[in-house]
Amino acid sequence: MTRYAYYPGCSLETMAASYHVSSMEVAHLLGIELEELEDWNCCGATAYSKVDELLATVLCARNLAIAERQGLDIVAPCNACYKNLWTANAAMQRDSDLAEHMNYALEADDLHYDGTVEVTHIMNAFTTDEALESIRAKAGDHIKGLRVAAYYGCQIVRPRRPGVKLAESDAPTYFETLLRAAGANPVPFPYKARCCGAALMVTNRRAAVQMLRDVLQSAVDGGADVIATACPLCQTNLECYQAEVNHAYGTHYAVPVLYFTQLLGLAMGVGARRLGIGKELVSAGQALKRPACVPAQT
Amino acid sequence: MVAATAGTISFRQEVENLLYAEEGASLVRCIQCATCSAACPAVEFMDHTPRELIALIDAGMKDEVLASNTYWTCASCYACSEKCPEGIRPADVMYALARYSLWKGTFDRDAVAPDFSRRFARTILRTGKSYEPGYAPAFIFEGGFPGMVREMRMAVRLLGKGRLPLIPARIKRIRNLRAMVARVLPLDGIE
Repeated sequence: MTRYAYYPGCSLETMAASYHVSSMEVAHLLGIELEELEDWNCCGATAYSKVDELLATVLCARNLAIAERQGLDIVAPCNACYKNLWTANAAMQRDSDLAEHMNYALEADDLHYDGTVEVTHIMNAFTTDEALESIRAKAGDHIKGLRVAAYYGCQIVRPRRPGVKLAESDAPTYFETLLRAAGANPVPFPYKARCCGAALMVTNRRAAVQMLRDVLQSAVDGGADVIATACPLCQTNLECYQAEVNHAYGTHYAVPVLYFTQLLGLAMGVGARRLGIGKELVSAGQALKRPACVPAQT
Repeated sequence: MVAATAGTISFRQEVENLLYAEEGASLVRCIQCATCSAACPAVEFMDHTPRELIALIDAGMKDEVLASNTYWTCASCYACSEKCPEGIRPADVMYALARYSLWKGTFDRDAVAPDFSRRFARTILRTGKSYEPGYAPAFIFEGGFPGMVREMRMAVRLLGKGRLPLIPARIKRIRNLRAMVARVLPLDGIE
């Protein structure tokens, strides 16, 4: 059984609670154990690095040190948490002066970090050969034929990790592979790794709304019934601010945006409520009721 | 006698010093091809494109660079860093310039982004976790009254779905966290 230190990140406690519950359900079905990181703190999102890079690193160092104490690698469901933890980890592993400085700070919480932890996005934990095999075996007809736009977002693929080719980070395909394993039908989606606007939704609304429109249009052009995301910020922007896009551009977008774990859960027969479905502002009810998706009556 | 200019560094070197811990290539490698600008999804909202900003840095035009909104308009999507044929990482340059302008106090006081970044950092030092409703004062008045009404309407719907936290979450060992941070930088610089 694979075990990870699970780092939910701040959004999964409330705004993205359905991502949390659906991740738990899917992990359970796949025999992956997620042990919540003890007393974890915020990863810093993109704001800390604009204030101070040592501040950004020390906050991630604490989470890494706690995982090391638990003897587990970290898995994070949020793109930004994943990128920040990964980046801070790599920085400390290659720079012993920085690691020493961070360890001096970590003493204040009785922690120490030797650099032994690996950081993984939960998408990667659910797309191993073993996990894919298991999903294929367990998936029923529940989301069969559902046309899904697989939205990666940015920081799950960028900055590119060592050993990854530009073609793979530019046009990744593992999300689509995962959706196919679950029976869904991924649609062509050229903007699948283009930015949703991220925190610009707060700091520069006009820019973010335009970026969001471009992504939504790309999904709609592909004929998507639903957009699947792997990041709470992407989900919030794509879903909650669709109305802002419609207001600004006179469009009529009404595309449901679900977490990929909710679709995986549905595929493997978990009830919608247990996956947090029903908490959307753009209802997914109609999309999920399409005739092709209704399981065969017995 | 050694010339009095010994010991002074160019603005480009100053910016590169801010990037000392990053792995990207030096800004002198820039060939002004504008691949970064073409890759940027927010470029039309910037007063200088990323390519122009690098040219301004190289030309030593510090005042123009520090008055620019370019780095505060960066969404950290890293598309530019991926595509630069010379291995420069413009996204890291954007972070560095944001920090520099906060440090120098040259940022636009009316802009939302610097205020948001600092609110965010302060929130984490108080509780150890992010708290979305706490950032509302940074931007809620931006869209005027109609924008505020739309924002409130959405907040009410999210509340109804149980998706908005009413009380900020807090980590257990917040005192230790603060002591940790105090070991790397003075807290009063942020709070």
